[in-house]
Amino acid sequence: MERFVQTLVDAVSLGSLYALTALGIGLIFGVMRLINFAHGELITISAYALLALFGLPVPVMLFGGILTAVVLALLTERAAFRPLRSADPTTLLISSFAVSFFLQKLLILVVGSRLKGLDLLPELNRQTEFLGVRLQMLQIVTIAISAVLLVGLTWFLKATRLGLHMRAAAEDFRMARVLGVRANNVIATAFALSGVLAAAVSCLIVVQTGTVQPRMGVQLVIIAFVGTVIGGLGSLPGAALGGFLVGAASIMLQALLPPDLRAFREAFVFIAVALILLFRPQGLIPARGLKERI
Amino acid sequence: MNAPAPLLVVSGLVVRYGVVTAVRGVDLAVGDGEIVSIVGPNGAGKTSLVSAVAGIVAPAEGSITFAGKGLGGVALEDVVVQGIALVPEGRHIFASLTVTENLMLGATIRRDAVAVQADIERYFAMFPILGQRRRQPAGQLSGGEQQQLAVARAMLSRPRLIMLDEPSLGLAPAMVDRVYDLLRAIREQGVTILLVEQNAERVFGLCDRVYVMSGGEFGLSGGATEVKNDPRFDAAYFGVHMRETADLR
Repeated sequence: MERFVQTLVDAVSLGSLYALTALGIGLIFGVMRLINFAHGELITISAYALLALFGLPVPVMLFGGILTAVVLALLTERAAFRPLRSADPTTLLISSFAVSFFLQKLLILVVGSRLKGLDLLPELNRQTEFLGVRLQMLQIVTIAISAVLLVGLTWFLKATRLGLHMRAAAEDFRMARVLGVRANNVIATAFALSGVLAAAVSCLIVVQTGTVQPRMGVQLVIIAFVGTVIGGLGSLPGAALGGFLVGAASIMLQALLPPDLRAFREAFVFIAVALILLFRPQGLIPARGLKERI
Repeated sequence: MNAPAPLLVVSGLVVRYGVVTAVRGVDLAVGDGEIVSIVGPNGAGKTSLVSAVAGIVAPAEGSITFAGKGLGGVALEDVVVQGIALVPEGRHIFASLTVTENLMLGATIRRDAVAVQADIERYFAMFPILGQRRRQPAGQLSGGEQQQLAVARAMLSRPRLIMLDEPSLGLAPAMVDRVYDLLRAIREQGVTILLVEQNAERVFGLCDRVYVMSGGEFGLSGGATEVKNDPRFDAAYFGVHMRETADLR
């Protein structure tokens, strides 16, 4: 029983991380039809910001991490994506690869490619007794932070004027603009929010692994992207669900597969992804009424 | 008859999509408080003309002046700030958003939240079905209800000019009557209307003036009754371009 609960908490915790990453990708795709692979570099560079600020009070470090990701997200939008706004989605995709490679190589040039240790909030890695089961504190914190961010984002989108503009723009950007919705505001907000989500993921990963390295965001983004696809590209609930399922499935397979097959768990995850797409090519929660981008 | 002061003036407008020319140098004037209609068959260039005025497509040549101010270079989201609202072809309501949210989006440029709420309630009183379904996703409304929503949404910006592109397309005749009643009500509020329709018969009873468009040009224009009774109407509508009719403009 205890092992089952532990596995379940593991699954929910990793699922939450992927859900947050997938949401960051899904937000940008929603308003721009851009699959932003540079989202991984937001996660990575935010982690390096934490490293650079190490030694300062933790709230200052966390604030620095978030600020770095948000500013970087806004800069990439301004420099790489705004000039291409009316271009083909393929062009935008290639631009996002370019930004991703550029930032990755720049980081290697500046800080080197070696893994660096960063002992952020080590007390979160302690075991704690929760409802009679011994669990890692970090997993509970990960689930709690993910829940708060999900609820907060939902509230923002549902209850604020800017949130309404973002939802309208995600469905039919041109019509939203005809009604006076400002494209620049909506897109900048989406990028800023994706920066906040990337920073949250970055902090949680750093606490979990105790290390930073220049390619740490890439793997996460590729798997989270798969999550956004099976969830339904353009749908935020779909992105959250898809990301969550990919992460959770990966942990469950690790626990349930016979030991000699565990090394291939990713293969099983992707078989499941292929099957989902075979039966629901539009994703689990498809976006409604996607129209012209701008 | 004294012509009303022109609110919208379009001169020498050319709209091109790559090598295709959709609008070939048209001149159009809409007076303050008028209802003017552009009729013509599918592919005549009507939607391109309206899209150029709305800022959706950039004209290749020509100028558009609204209330004495040139609209050249005005960003798409700023056209509504000038006082121009558009009900596009196909309605383009936000299907996943509620009826109320669709209406709130119509008031995007306004900051008077209390008055906006009062206006929304007024439209709910005018269209009870929208009021009953205010919390439902707009995609669940019927075509006619969606058209009412699209018109109400456009009116919520409190425009001086409302442009409607094929508002009766795909609607049952009874619903078309309701949409046209609504247009009369809008006119009584002093709002100028530019109406694009394929169905020419419908517009004659409503409009002050009519432009007949075909092949990207106006073949015939004038007062509604005058155009309706003009023997050259069919030829102009169906695209037999009679250059001599240009004299009528």
